Amino acid sequence: MKSERSREPLWREEFSIFQADERYVSRRQLTKFLTLTSLAMFAGNFWILVKSWIRAGVSYPVRTVAQAEEIPVGGVKLFEYPGPQDQCILLRPSENSYVAYSQKCTHLSCAVFYSAQNRRLECPCHQGYFSIEDGSVLQGPPTRPLPKVILERRGAELVAIRVQESPEGR
Amino acid sequence: MRQPNSTPTRRLTAIDGAMALIVLLLIVQMWLLSATLDAYLAGHTEVVLPGALISGACFLGCGALYLFVVRLETA
Ligand code: FES
Repeated sequence: MKSERSREPLWREEFSIFQADERYVSRRQLTKFLTLTSLAMFAGNFWILVKSWIRAGVSYPVRTVAQAEEIPVGGVKLFEYPGPQDQCILLRPSENSYVAYSQKCTHLSCAVFYSAQNRRLECPCHQGYFSIEDGSVLQGPPTRPLPKVILERRGAELVAIRVQESPEGR
Repeated sequence: MRQPNSTPTRRLTAIDGAMALIVLLLIVQMWLLSATLDAYLAGHTEVVLPGALISGACFLGCGALYLFVVRLETA
């Protein structure tokens, strides 16, 4: 049977006149499609793995982003870190505290702004609110916290040393 | 030649069973992909490797079931 089949042209096999064979072909083709979809899912997971390896090897630049006294209490300063496309926001919520976060909302990438009145970072697009303590989500559609820029005070300068994607211990 | 006990209906049932398993594995993979992506974007990179390994195992399972379907057809 098999040898007879293998001598037949492909079109005769794919467009069989027998109903049972026709069912086989359609099921086989669907199974093939599902298996290829499975391969695509695996490729997606593998791509994330490669991206995480690449990210693990990235070293952040150490860069002065502001002078401590140039920001008033309750004020903000925008800066780019680590790359020129990565907009960040630096806040001075109280006399001796400075915090900085990525300005890109983790929902759909709108720019967040500081609401001094509510003491939180707010996204105007879909009312996503973030804590200024650790960048965690207070309300709204975002599910992930804002990446935090780790700062170090060196004399009068505020120096960015790296980006922390998730708050410690989460 | 076709096996006497391997009627088309029984083989179709076997193929349907294999397809159901593949769909199940695919659902697991879809969930894995979205969960891994979410964790990765949140900075939890420790789940990325297990996610990729499990997804690879699911794909191998799908591939084995596909071969089973092809072999069943030509048996
Ligand atoms: S983009 Fe910020 S809440 Fe939707």
